[in-house]
Amino acid sequence: MIWLVSVIVVLMLGAALAVLLLRNPVGAVAAASVVSLALSVLFVLLRAPDVAMTEAAVGGGLGSLILALSLRRLGLWRVEGDRAEQERDDA
Amino acid sequence: MMPAGLPFLFYAGAIGLLVIGISGIVLSRNLFRIILALALAEAGANLLLVLAGWHWGGSAPILGQGKALETMVDPVPQALVLTAIVIGVGIQALALALAVRAYRAYGTLDMRRLRNRMNRDIAAAAGIPAESSRDAPAGGRPTPPVPAAHRSGGGRA
Amino acid sequence: MRNLASLLFAGGLAFLLMAIAALLPFGHPPVLAGGAILEQAADQVGAANIVTAVVLGYRGLDTLGEITILFAAAAGLGLVLGRRRAGAPRDPDAGPVLRTGAALMFPLLVLVGFHIILHGHLTPGGGFQGGVILAAAFFLPLLARPGTPVDHPGLSLVEGTAGAVFIVTGLVALLTGGEFLQPLLGTGTLGTLFSAGTLPILYLALGLKVGAELAGLLARLADAETDT
Repeated sequence: MIWLVSVIVVLMLGAALAVLLLRNPVGAVAAASVVSLALSVLFVLLRAPDVAMTEAAVGGGLGSLILALSLRRLGLWRVEGDRAEQERDDA
Repeated sequence: MMPAGLPFLFYAGAIGLLVIGISGIVLSRNLFRIILALALAEAGANLLLVLAGWHWGGSAPILGQGKALETMVDPVPQALVLTAIVIGVGIQALALALAVRAYRAYGTLDMRRLRNRMNRDIAAAAGIPAESSRDAPAGGRPTPPVPAAHRSGGGRA
Repeated sequence: MRNLASLLFAGGLAFLLMAIAALLPFGHPPVLAGGAILEQAADQVGAANIVTAVVLGYRGLDTLGEITILFAAAAGLGLVLGRRRAGAPRDPDAGPVLRTGAALMFPLLVLVGFHIILHGHLTPGGGFQGGVILAAAFFLPLLARPGTPVDHPGLSLVEGTAGAVFIVTGLVALLTGGEFLQPLLGTGTLGTLFSAGTLPILYLALGLKVGAELAGLLARLADAETDT
């Protein structure tokens, strides 16, 4: 169990750092979704299945959907984060 | 008996998430990134709350055949977190809608530019010349009135 | 300078929280209210899932306040985003895979959503989780065909009716001499679908309200005009 928990905690904190450090907002939203899903696994291990379901459905699903939709409204929805690729497309 | 490293791991996850979220809120300049960081801090606080109700070898608080009540974990923090998660996503949606409106009005999500443009608009509406920078030397612009108590060297007569 | 101060603040907060966490007896919490609830929930409420008993039975008023906050957030979002102009351009329809998948998934998602809501007092799950799944089910067609008209008055009707049912159930309990939102109709047999008195009704109302609210919220967010 301790190995499972350490892997999930490292994954969760890494994804949380990625949320702040990734320059592409779409990647940041995806990382936030990873944080929510890892957190829901931790809730299952903490014997809180109700909370785990809510976190997976609300945090991982609906929250990411809302973030993605508002990214669309902000005009920041660019999946091609690679600058070289984008320049090649522009040319 | 569980290994002793487990509490440290759980607390490190919860407090790490909380601290990463708060650092993101104060360090980030992009409104969208600030909203994401708020969600992270919220998740850390939720994990901390659920941790408060957990005990070694506990079982989920669902009654069934032959499950002892003594081994169940505390259901009250779980119910609190359940509502907190749903409220959190509502707040997130409202904050994002406000950010979308701010972007529509000012064309940027950067906090500093947003503040500059808002200050410029306020100055234009009030009919006074806009400050080029808050930290710029006063130069020609009038200094604000000094309170009477501080006028004569700050000493009390 | 400001960044340094912020980092110091965050570090101090982490240290403080760690110190408090070290003082707490981890893994041996003083379960006072929780212990009493665990002992009495089976007789007083009759829900096998004690979290549900806490959410709707012991803290029903709290849950009512919570759905009020959610309603305020959804209404505020609708107000802030506003309506779209009549001639505003829309996104094109999605590809055949997403359209067929949406048509296939819709009945399954509705079924799963109602199953989770109706079994909220027996198994993990309930109004919030099932409501979110219902909202996702009703959002899927909009994702596949962005031009699909959204019945906002209908959603408001469902939402208002569900909210009214929640409050009226609470008031009926008040009129029959109990507390506001006290479970009625007896406890039934523990672990069967028709048990825990009015809790399944309350959870159904809650799930429909949350689902309609979130579906409207998603539709407004997806429907708002893009101006890039």
